[in-house]
Amino acid sequence: MQDLGRIGFSEDQAALLDVATDFCLQRSPVSTVRRLIEDELGHDPAVWTEMGELGWLGIAIPEDFGGSGLSLAEVVPVVEQMGRRLMIGPLISTTLAAQALVVGGTEAQKRNVLPRLAEGVAATVALAEPDFDWEPDTVSCQALETEGGQLVLRGQKVLVCDAGIAQWIVASVLYRNAPAMVLIPRSALPEGALRRETVIDETRRSFALNLDGVSVSKDDLLDLDLAATTLTHLHLAANLLGAADMIGGTQACIDYTVDYLKTRTQFGKLIGSYQALKHPTVDAYCRYEQARSHLYAAAHCFGEQGVGEIAVRMAKAAADGAYSFASDRAIQFHGGFGFTYDCDAQLYRRRAIWHAANYGDASFHKAKLAKLLF
Amino acid sequence: MQTVDPKDLAAFEADADAWFKENVVRDPGFMLPLTFMEVGTDQQFHFLRDWQNKVYDAGYLGAAWPKAYGGGGLPQDFQNAATRAMRRHHGPIMLNAIGLNWTGPLLLDMGSEAHKMAHLKGILSAEDIWCQGFSEPGNGSDLGNAQTRAVRDGDHYVINGSKIWTTLGRYAKYMILLARTDTDTPKKYDGLSFFLAPMKIPGVETNPIRKLTGEHGFTQTFFTDARIPATGLMGVEGGGWKVAMRTLEFERGARGGQAGGYVAVGSNAFDVLDLAKRMTRSGKPVLDDPAVADQMVDFLMEIQAMNLNGQRTQVPNLIADHPQGIPLASKLMGTEMSRRLNEFAIRLTGARGAYYVGEAAAVDQGIWARAYLNSFSATIGGGTSQIQANIVGEHVLGLPKS
Ligand SMILES: Cc1cc2nc3c(=O)[nH]c(=O)nc-3n(C[C@H](O)[C@H](O)[C@H](O)COP(=O)(O)OP(=O)(O)OC[C@H]3O[C@@H](n4cnc5c(N)ncnc54)[C@H](O)[C@@H]3O)c2cc1C
Ligand SMILES: Cc1cc2nc3c(=O)[nH]c(=O)nc-3n(C[C@H](O)[C@H](O)[C@H](O)COP(=O)(O)OP(=O)(O)OC[C@H]3O[C@@H](n4cnc5c(N)ncnc54)[C@H](O)[C@@H]3O)c2cc1C
Repeated sequence: MQDLGRIGFSEDQAALLDVATDFCLQRSPVSTVRRLIEDELGHDPAVWTEMGELGWLGIAIPEDFGGSGLSLAEVVPVVEQMGRRLMIGPLISTTLAAQALVVGGTEAQKRNVLPRLAEGVAATVALAEPDFDWEPDTVSCQALETEGGQLVLRGQKVLVCDAGIAQWIVASVLYRNAPAMVLIPRSALPEGALRRETVIDETRRSFALNLDGVSVSKDDLLDLDLAATTLTHLHLAANLLGAADMIGGTQACIDYTVDYLKTRTQFGKLIGSYQALKHPTVDAYCRYEQARSHLYAAAHCFGEQGVGEIAVRMAKAAADGAYSFASDRAIQFHGGFGFTYDCDAQLYRRRAIWHAANYGDASFHKAKLAKLLF
Repeated sequence: MQTVDPKDLAAFEADADAWFKENVVRDPGFMLPLTFMEVGTDQQFHFLRDWQNKVYDAGYLGAAWPKAYGGGGLPQDFQNAATRAMRRHHGPIMLNAIGLNWTGPLLLDMGSEAHKMAHLKGILSAEDIWCQGFSEPGNGSDLGNAQTRAVRDGDHYVINGSKIWTTLGRYAKYMILLARTDTDTPKKYDGLSFFLAPMKIPGVETNPIRKLTGEHGFTQTFFTDARIPATGLMGVEGGGWKVAMRTLEFERGARGGQAGGYVAVGSNAFDVLDLAKRMTRSGKPVLDDPAVADQMVDFLMEIQAMNLNGQRTQVPNLIADHPQGIPLASKLMGTEMSRRLNEFAIRLTGARGAYYVGEAAAVDQGIWARAYLNSFSATIGGGTSQIQANIVGEHVLGLPKS
């Protein structure tokens, strides 16, 4: 039988899971989530600072560059617990930007930027483009050489998370007709380069980025030989962390629904006693447990050639199925209240759709898995 | 049984591996049952009984049960290693499932010394085949309403009534029997008692029942003034429900202590993938159809999730919110998947899905159709999927009773 990955759990993961469970519960009650939806910034800078102090922003950054020298496996429990509390802030974006540099950056870029990211300076990645293709190497933005060693960029990026506060944006571009990555400092963006997008997950801050006329130094290119590896790595890392956020959300969404089923009475009975609600809720729970197992296998095996990709794609596909189903039923099972803005079911449903739309949904990943497994 | 150094697990597994390699008979010349619920002919029965006896004699069954009762007295890891070796060499199933997996661990857990001494060794050697008398024609899911009567008469209880769907009923020497000793309790559960009852006595009759596959697998068991020794009572009179519930925990795999080996060989998603690779549709490999490929991946993901669920239960931090969640839900998840997987397999065979066992043109001798029909044994037997969903909803999620 083919190796599809296995569960492993490090002491660091355990410790981080513990701390994150508590921290996210304290810092992100749903009242805060809703307050931050209305806030232009979208997250609480004081909490972001605390996350930095907890060392969460440097978890997967090597010690030489100011991090803890762990891996994405240790970021997973943190993101899972954030997702559970619908917590927001540029942690995923910054982690992905750091991963781009860890895997594909030049020595100078690592030295200059990684320590800052570990300290809590936000950054992000810009991969998607207006063709809305999930393939990481489908790139049409350009980096063109000009005299004097400068590069001028061309094209549009979309769905760039947290770009409003990012001090660096790592973007995929075509350079000499091949995919490459470029590290764009905030200062290189002209006024009006960013436009906030209206997205289904209102906790999210997402931007369209106009690269036309953005000029960077040639030194801002990441290692050209590693560009393809880096793109694949980012694609998988984004799916891993997305899955983590989704699994946390699925759990919370089921808990939220179960609470209602235990307190709402109709026809003289608690509605949770009706099997029309009970059994689908059990289905949602079973899918959640399965997806969570996939998640922790993906976290553990992420770095393994071949197996890592299989495990991550399975985790994202399973998370999509589980979160979508749980949050869809959550709306329905709250009756008229489920149709309101006040019911939290919509928060989960919207976030599940957001994640499905980013970096590939279940059917995209299953098509990839078919190629890997058959 | 051989003497084994409890420090040397690797050597034990290597020996087991060599033993199964040498002793497994893959094709005895007739179709072997895939599960203990499918034993339908005397030929199958005798073959499997001899096989279990041989495995036990070699020290690869009950390795972790105490020596005093016929076991190997080794740590559980050793039995697990033996089971792995058995699986690697595709050994046939262990026959005496109800003894090995339910009655045995139950006795070890809450049986008297006399019961353990009397029964455990016979369970391991397959000398004593066990069956289970829980379900009745009128009371299946509602087990607590069982009406088969047991009336004390001196050193005996007199049994009247009928049990049904009794797996291995025709071959069993003993039955774990749930019967009503009191018809007048405020709660129906409190009138039930649990017995280790002999089957080969006057007043006990078994009638074979034909399964949906056309084969025989279980019986209806009739009791007419059957006198069973009172020493067979487990626990106290009126305390049978608790014992029955514990039995079901062993049966559904929610609690450990089973003798080892396996009592069913399911087709797994990789076997179905192998089938899919051989099948064509409209002149092309069936897996070229994206809808079929998508479903195939779903099954591979699902089977992988079940493997991983098992691994995750070994990590307390990762099951902290619902420590009993995965164990209690695993029967529901596993049996329902197996049913859907076998149905998918039939569909992969296209027009030849019309054939059945016995037709030479059937794909793989028609095993997929038969496996699908038999898969309902597990979605119904041992508590139906709907009842399992109630259990998970109520005991794991804390939802109100239906
Ligand atoms: C857009 C919209 C417009 C509406 N407009 C009007 C209007 O103009 N006038 C008006 O009077 N009402 C209106 N309604 C109310 C609507 O009729 C109720 O929401 C609906 O009947 C459900 O009642 P509930 O909200 O109290 O949910 P509940 O009855 O509390 O139901 C909660 C959940 O439990 C389930 N449930 C309840 N009982 C059972 C049972 N016995 N078996 C199985 N499941 C059960 C439900 O299916 C639901 O999933 C509107 C609702 C919506 C969403
Ligand atoms: C192959 C096989 C082997 C078996 N072996 C044995 C054995 O060795 N010993 C033994 O004692 N029994 C055995 N059984 C019996 C098995 O335990 C029962 O068939 C099972 O518990 C269901 O009971 P029933 O057949 O009376 O169905 P019923 O309880 O009448 O159920 C009929 C349908 O109603 C549903 N249902 C019932 N109650 C509820 C509820 N509260 N909520 C929702 N749905 C409900 C069920 O899910 C089912 O779909 C075996 C069964 C099979 C199929």
